[in-house]
Amino acid sequence: MLNCHDATRLMSEAQERDLSLGERMFLGFHVSMCKGCNNFKKQMGMLRSMTREFARGENKPVENSVVDKFTAGKRHDAE
Amino acid sequence: MSVDSIHENPSEQVDSLLADTAFLEDIRRQMIKFATMQLGDSNQAEDAVQEALIGALKNAASFGGRAALKTWIFAILKNKIADVLRLKQRVVNASSLLREEDEDDDLSALFDRKGYWQPDERPVAWGNPEASLRETHFWRVFETCLEGLPPKQARVFMMREFIELNANEICESMGLTTSNLHVLLHRSRLRLRECIENKWYLEGEQNAELS
Repeated sequence: MLNCHDATRLMSEAQERDLSLGERMFLGFHVSMCKGCNNFKKQMGMLRSMTREFARGENKPVENSVVDKFTAGKRHDAE
Repeated sequence: MSVDSIHENPSEQVDSLLADTAFLEDIRRQMIKFATMQLGDSNQAEDAVQEALIGALKNAASFGGRAALKTWIFAILKNKIADVLRLKQRVVNASSLLREEDEDDDLSALFDRKGYWQPDERPVAWGNPEASLRETHFWRVFETCLEGLPPKQARVFMMREFIELNANEICESMGLTTSNLHVLLHRSRLRLRECIENKWYLEGEQNAELS
């Protein structure tokens, strides 16, 4: 029987690798009984999409062509 | 357009990569955020990114498409960052080393001795995450939480989720075993999740008043 620490470890690893059938069964059982881990499971996917959104968002677009700037090899201070 | 197509010849590939300014601008934005977070200094970050991009674009011909180019640009950037950090080391050493050692203590507070959630640490349901993503203050909280991770955890988490490198690529560039990487990512996710929950979902109303 998995505890919550092990369950969160498997849910984290599932973001990097396919879990084995056994791991999925133990995990599925634990998550079905444990509200906290059930929430954690949903939040793993949310963390990923938040971070990707963060990578894309916020910064204003760069006005000039990046290629011009960098192939010319000279420093352009954007602001 | 399919720049990743393996049928294009190398020079055509380079031309189309360099012509795709949206792709390059996107990478540059990601790199600057990444470098700033790792270096804690936006001027040093800009310099490191500039050098990495110049180096990468010079040799762009040897790359078979966007994914490979992106991985490689970030590998160069990571080396630049490592150089800068080595120079800065005397200054940052004390604080960052202490933070790395803190790692285990903090996390053991999340679970009881049998490995089950402490009652007040048990994850709660996050209300309407899509709406959060539209709020500027949410992103400030998110950034604060990322910056609060111990340096090594922050670095691997960013490589994995922000730059979207795969596990093998991260292990190679950081000199980690797969199980080291799993441990670091697990810890970083536990911490980040907890921080976001505490600072946004549980204190959201106070934060909204402050901003």
